[in-house]
Amino acid sequence: MRELSLNILDIVMNSVEAEATRIIIALDELKSVNLLSVRIKDNGRGMSDELVQRVLDPFVTTRTTRSVGMGLSMFRQIARQCGGDLQIFSAPGIGTLVRTTFRLNNLNLPPIGKMSDSIVNLFIGSIDVHFYYAHKTDHGQFGFDSYWLFARMAEKECQLVDTVPHAKEYLNRQLQTIKSRAT
Amino acid sequence: MKTLADLRAIKEKAKQEMAAREQSATYRISVAMGTCGIAAGARNVMSAILDEMSKRGVQDTSVSQTGCLGYCDQEPMVQVTGADKNTITYGKVTPEIARSIIADHVQGGKVLTENVFNMS
Repeated sequence: MRELSLNILDIVMNSVEAEATRIIIALDELKSVNLLSVRIKDNGRGMSDELVQRVLDPFVTTRTTRSVGMGLSMFRQIARQCGGDLQIFSAPGIGTLVRTTFRLNNLNLPPIGKMSDSIVNLFIGSIDVHFYYAHKTDHGQFGFDSYWLFARMAEKECQLVDTVPHAKEYLNRQLQTIKSRAT
Repeated sequence: MKTLADLRAIKEKAKQEMAAREQSATYRISVAMGTCGIAAGARNVMSAILDEMSKRGVQDTSVSQTGCLGYCDQEPMVQVTGADKNTITYGKVTPEIARSIIADHVQGGKVLTENVFNMS
């Protein structure tokens, strides 16, 4: 995968498949401390310690459990190549937190890429899940709730797909604002 | 400024409307978004589907994402289920093919035979 936003989409799909109803995606992009942190937290079915170990091993995984696959081990490999790591905190019946860190100045760090595409496609494709996306830089932060789409749909009396261009535009504008401000 | 309760109410109402639409939905589209699908370009395929639907004003069609379908070499895969519950599975879908699926299959009712992947 060429963009971190694709890996993020992939990891969040694990949460969706774990039947989460609430998913939080939080990015901290802090040049001041040379850190990119990605946290994906859900209230899905969760995993036992033993399963957590297995999902991180690309060669022992099975496909009988949907949360098991290449995605997490691949994301961890990228993190480790970038001076960071990936940790999973999970409890059966409670949920899962996947926390991934990267050194922002590491040359191996792939671009974050089109977060707006990953986020809006997730929001649209899993309408039963209540999502929240938070993005923070040294210059500011913003949050984007999946209810935004429904509010916009009600306000404009349009169909859900018609909110997509505006949602993507809005996200890109917000990201631009918190990234471009002069230091 | 809306409160969370307001938003919840709006969402519930929207969901009810969508559920009603789903009942009468002509088509349900599902994009496979497993690791394999994403790596093969499923995100752009889904973006193309949403964009084309909005551009053409397609009504009564829902879009969702699923995990790996077990045919990773055929990704990106898109499934279109009609009102008759028959599901057509497309394999190796590009954004261009995805737009054709909306135009020809969902709007025109014509299956894109050369892009169908036979699962059996």
